[in-house]
Amino acid sequence: MSKRTIIPFGPQHPVLPEPIHLDLVIEDEKVIEAIPSIGFIHRGLEKLVEKKDFIDYVFVAERICGICSFIHGMTYCIAMEELLKLEVPSRAQYLRVIWSELSRIHSHLLWLGLTADAFGFENLFMQSWQIREQILDIIEETTGGRVIFGSCKVGGVRRDISAEKLQEILKKLRSYRNQWTEIGGIFLNDTTVKHRLQGVGKLSMEQAKTLGAVGPMLRGSGVAMDIRMTGYSGYNKLGFTPVVETAGDCYSRCKVRIRELDQSLQLIETCVTQMTEGPLEAKVVGFPNGEFFARSEQPRGEAIYYAKANGTKFLQRLRVRTPTFANLPPLLTALAGCQLADVPVIVLTIDPCISCAER
Amino acid sequence: MSFLSMSKMVLRKLFSAPVTERYPFVPKVHPVGARGKVNIEIEKCIFCGICQRRCPTTAIIVTKEPKVWEIDRLRCISCNLCVDVCPKKCLALDTQYSPCCVGPQKDSYHA
Ligand code: SF4
Ligand code: SF4
Repeated sequence: MSKRTIIPFGPQHPVLPEPIHLDLVIEDEKVIEAIPSIGFIHRGLEKLVEKKDFIDYVFVAERICGICSFIHGMTYCIAMEELLKLEVPSRAQYLRVIWSELSRIHSHLLWLGLTADAFGFENLFMQSWQIREQILDIIEETTGGRVIFGSCKVGGVRRDISAEKLQEILKKLRSYRNQWTEIGGIFLNDTTVKHRLQGVGKLSMEQAKTLGAVGPMLRGSGVAMDIRMTGYSGYNKLGFTPVVETAGDCYSRCKVRIRELDQSLQLIETCVTQMTEGPLEAKVVGFPNGEFFARSEQPRGEAIYYAKANGTKFLQRLRVRTPTFANLPPLLTALAGCQLADVPVIVLTIDPCISCAER
Repeated sequence: MSFLSMSKMVLRKLFSAPVTERYPFVPKVHPVGARGKVNIEIEKCIFCGICQRRCPTTAIIVTKEPKVWEIDRLRCISCNLCVDVCPKKCLALDTQYSPCCVGPQKDSYHA
């Protein structure tokens, strides 16, 4: 038997935008086990609910993650609306879906770029981010912020998008679709890329289910599960079916994300055709009372917000379970048995967002 | 087999204009509605202090006597809440961000 060594991976590593530490137990070049440690950037945002009133906390919730910021704010708002027994107007729900899908598109393009970077394909990385930049511009035009949208509030949304603007956005998105189909083709057909992704970091359907994988990690292993199927925030009216791939390797996770880009655009198109004029928000009266679990599908998977309120303007407890946190156990399973050189790619395929995992 | 799938795109990019902006030389123009720094028309302000009470980051300090409206630029997150609640509509968000600074940057406006 050859000698075992431990190689530290992270918290500072070229492929990692955020700090996570893995101790890789290796034998020759093969990873036997990965031991994670997290907690480098804990910010105590859950505790902050005791200091910020429930309306102001939306701004904090949005800052839990810098990429799916809108969906974090929205999930928090859904929890509050349920506790306040508020009915969100339909136009506000459609706008929320549009912004959610825009953030999914930009997040998946970001992921494609980072993955290309992880296996050393710098040119592909730049092309992906070039498209993403244009999506960010659309977001800035409609919400006022590029990263922190700030357009969701308890009871509805804070801004409207005019009908002409919506058509303009659709036209732009359709032209970007051609661009992302082109780079998507490179990801899926290029021999070198396939070489790095196919058969790497396998996670079987059974493992994905028992370890509680979420998002593209779960759907890449053949499980048709997406929280948008539960129909929150008007997704039930859009005829949504999840994207599923069965191979369970890095390649199929990549394929899920590329197919989801098209699906997001389709959802936005459906929203625009179904949308009617109407109010943007319901007036907040009283204070939240009771407990609620809100769930939503973020680009990385399912996020859960648990809120407990006692009828005052401060919540008693807020608990956030983010998708990256749920995807850590499946990641460790996928890492066992892989080659050392494949570790960065496998770590990236869960689309790690560490600062939201640690909140 | 596709080895050179990127070459078509690379060639096209080679002969087209750069997509990046030459930032400090060409100033960045933000779209209408972008949330930048808070501006105040101090003549219209009645120093009621509502903006101070609603600001989620306590960036604004309003004093009645003497009449001063102060903002800590580094605390402000450009959330637009003060603009929404101001009864005299004297606040507005600029599309430009406040310039870079190396220390606390408090701006005071006197009536
Ligand atoms: S809310 Fe408006 S009027 Fe009142 S102090 Fe603030 S800026 Fe002045
Ligand atoms: S924009 Fe928001 S953070 Fe900035 S001063 Fe106004 S209320 Fe405070």
